[in-house]
Amino acid sequence: MSGIQRVVIVGGGHAGGEAAGQLRAHGFAGDITLIGEEPLAPYQRPPLSKAYLSGALSAERLLIRPAEVYAEEGVRLVLGRKVIWLDRQTRRVRLEGGQEIPYDALILATGGRARRPPTPGIDLVGVFTLRTAADVDFIRPRFLPGARLAVIGAGYIGLEVAAVARTLGLHVTVIEAAQRPLARVTSPEMAGFFLDRHAGRGVRFALGVQAEAILPGPDGAAAGVALADGTTVEADLVIVGVGIAPETQLAELSGLVVEDGVVTDSGARTSDPAVFAIGDCARRPLACFGGRLMRLESVHNAIEGAKIAAATITGAAPPIEEIPWFWSDQYDLKLTMAGLSAGYDAIVQRGAPEAGSFALFYYRGSHLLAVDAVNRPGEYLGAKQILQKGATIAPALLQDMGKSMKQIVTEALAGAAHAG
Amino acid sequence: MAKITYIEHNGQVHEVDVASGMSVMEGAVKHLVPGIDADCGGACACATCHVYVDPAWVEQTGKASSMEESMLDFANEVEPTSRLSCQIRVSDALDGLVVRLPASQH
Repeated sequence: MSGIQRVVIVGGGHAGGEAAGQLRAHGFAGDITLIGEEPLAPYQRPPLSKAYLSGALSAERLLIRPAEVYAEEGVRLVLGRKVIWLDRQTRRVRLEGGQEIPYDALILATGGRARRPPTPGIDLVGVFTLRTAADVDFIRPRFLPGARLAVIGAGYIGLEVAAVARTLGLHVTVIEAAQRPLARVTSPEMAGFFLDRHAGRGVRFALGVQAEAILPGPDGAAAGVALADGTTVEADLVIVGVGIAPETQLAELSGLVVEDGVVTDSGARTSDPAVFAIGDCARRPLACFGGRLMRLESVHNAIEGAKIAAATITGAAPPIEEIPWFWSDQYDLKLTMAGLSAGYDAIVQRGAPEAGSFALFYYRGSHLLAVDAVNRPGEYLGAKQILQKGATIAPALLQDMGKSMKQIVTEALAGAAHAG
Repeated sequence: MAKITYIEHNGQVHEVDVASGMSVMEGAVKHLVPGIDADCGGACACATCHVYVDPAWVEQTGKASSMEESMLDFANEVEPTSRLSCQIRVSDALDGLVVRLPASQH
């Protein structure tokens, strides 16, 4: 795209920060303004429920780059300010307070908000969601040994929070409406492994039961969670981790096409060619899934969206699409995932779950779809490389523990080349 | 604090003062040294912070763990002194460290 002098990025999260860097890396020399609602410069969100919650990682190290480094790149940071209006006719955004900023190209990187279910008592003191550094700054002083924590939702956030809390000596109960943890994001086999590991550490689970209400104590703060089976989980604090909703209000108000995420083409363009959307708030076609429109919530997706938008804006070749990947840290277990396992009909296991080191490979027919690996980085990266090349691995190869993952991948690729 | 020299694949040299306690990866990313992607931010989940440690510094930077070795198996153009820079913790003892960067992290 030619004639672009001013790029405005709305959203100071991982995608927004990366977009600024990628524009410069692509040689864009015009003005870049990055507007963030949070007071911090772009930071790593994944550690919030891990090392930042435990206190192992400082706020300074959470930042992707120190705030002052943006000026060196000629990126104007406007932090702690909310964009309330997008006027696509005159190509301006308006900040709360009235200031207007014009753009030639606009990148929406507005992310998502923690979902707050309409559970009675959700607004009581002592009930938290966990999405921002500020959220964790409120939670951490209450993470005291012996405190009773109720976690509503057994997704990655819920389980990571449970792991940190147990490690710090809190009593933890995880409440989940589905019959198993991680129901939306991994297989029953992998979910069962994590359930066992948490139970072994003393986490209690209430599965297959709705949280009906959060109950106030005598002081008015949350004191427990009433469950649909008539029991009550007593708690000093409650953390609600039931996913995020994409932040799409600006896009909707301005009439852009939004379908659970701002819809874009493969170049990150929305229904207005001067407006781009990337990261958690965007829904984009993924070539590796037959061009299906998907909304991914991950660091991988934030970075890739930033690269795509920067390439489109500067007229560069688009990046090679990367297979989706993700990770979660719980206790001494590092779960790494590549690909998407939806639609699998068989699982091949390599390694030993009882030893806390194994990988599950998901297949549809002979076709490898995805890998979930626990403390098996070679299996994860090897399978990712195979998926990236559109190849597969014969299950018998994976079950040969005498071979390293490197050997297996080399043989699988040689086989693919021979067959091709 | 340690002065670390990062040498890009094209020969461009960057000298950066990195605080003790940071990783060699963070020293690069926080100072806009190009060539270290570090997509996962140091969680050991991506292998995109691959560097070659100058042979004179191999002893001081220590050995890769078995987990890191498994990841390096799948990095590009691996050499005997290859490391993941998120796994090298900076201290005064690394003042003067020199690392070279590969052509690509992906």
